Amino acid sequence: MTSPPSTLYPRDWSRQPPAYAPDYKTTRARSPKRRLIQLADPALHNTGPVFTDDDLGPGDWDLLTNFAAPGESPIGPRILVHGQVLDENARPVPHTLVECWQANAGGRYRHKVDTYLAPIDPNFGGCGRTLTDAQGRYRFRTVQPGAYPWPNGPNTWRPAHIHFSVFGAAFAQRLITQCYFEGDPFIPLCAIVQTIPDQSAIDGLTAKLDIDATIPHDTVAYRFDIVLRGRRATFFENRADGG
Amino acid sequence: MRPNTKLLSETASQTAGPYVHIGLAPRAAGFEIYRREAGADIAGPNARGERIRVEGVVWDGHGEPVRDVLIEVWQPNAAGVFAGDGAVEDGFRGWGRVVCDFETGAWQFHTVRPGAVADAAPHLSLWIAARGINIGLTTRMYFPECAQANAADPVLNLIEDPAARGTLIASPQERAEMPVYRFDIRLQGDGETVFFDI
Repeated sequence: MTSPPSTLYPRDWSRQPPAYAPDYKTTRARSPKRRLIQLADPALHNTGPVFTDDDLGPGDWDLLTNFAAPGESPIGPRILVHGQVLDENARPVPHTLVECWQANAGGRYRHKVDTYLAPIDPNFGGCGRTLTDAQGRYRFRTVQPGAYPWPNGPNTWRPAHIHFSVFGAAFAQRLITQCYFEGDPFIPLCAIVQTIPDQSAIDGLTAKLDIDATIPHDTVAYRFDIVLRGRRATFFENRADGG
Repeated sequence: MRPNTKLLSETASQTAGPYVHIGLAPRAAGFEIYRREAGADIAGPNARGERIRVEGVVWDGHGEPVRDVLIEVWQPNAAGVFAGDGAVEDGFRGWGRVVCDFETGAWQFHTVRPGAVADAAPHLSLWIAARGINIGLTTRMYFPECAQANAADPVLNLIEDPAARGTLIASPQERAEMPVYRFDIRLQGDGETVFFDI
């Protein structure tokens, strides 16, 4: 390794959803029964894929325009979802790939297996991607997704959400999650949200209205920060490294 | 010296859900949007070493294929160097992303045979996301012909049950064009694959 190997903090499982969460029915047959084997793999803690602007298109971050016909726009409330990717040491995670996907304003996904009644929006693909800047900041412009029914029970609805995929600097920081919206009454009713055993961890998945970042007469802004695992401080020749 | 105290807590994971393809593999979802989708080519055109193919199915606890799985691969090049951690061939990323056939659950990818890193036997790291998987599952695929290196591998030796250890070793397939490995992953039940807390 060109840099001295160091390790990430162990994952705090008290804030993460268990594999087996029977109220979310699909986990019942997709959850390992054996315990996970502890593995401090220096490769996974110190290396991970690197992405550059060459991997992306310049407009990939803007879901209002990245699939719309010229001059057209998807239907729905115009929103900006923005925030910072940080690590557990509150340090920004710069130049990392953030990808998102979501249903349209009616709650319908552009996916061959989604058959919900709500129509496809011809001007909305439903995905975006961007690299964080030097301060770890990202933004996506999009429409507010709609809630939609899902077959977990006879009358079960997903709260409006945007899926997020984030890399970080090491593969052991890899994270997929979902961003919900402040005040959505479906949040406490959703079996997927409620797989998370800690209320403050659930609150961390709720984007907050950011009135200061709202663009007057144009777009409502929501703030959603993402925290990836942080690196333990290690010491070499009295020098702190990796903080 | 700054103590090891976390200031923030890791964001909670949530399932990738059944529509993960929209965001991470939109062509599989049924539409074209990106100039180039991420993760289609793991090794790139200039990688040295032996080209291999890996294929398999992820099975659930009922013995049904997981038809909406997404797998990511992370590996060093043939010399055992990870991209970003030393000189690698131009275009070698060592990371890739595959989705399965929606009817059969079968997936496959091409790459180069990874070199050994430190005292580990050659292996691929795999990360698995799907509907019903609340937090990504990490496992390793080792190579059957490296019996001696596998026997000495410190991670395989963490696993006491030899049958469980065997779940991490791929099966060679008889094909003419290149070495092909079958690596089925069982999420639950008989032959359950070993997964790691990394």
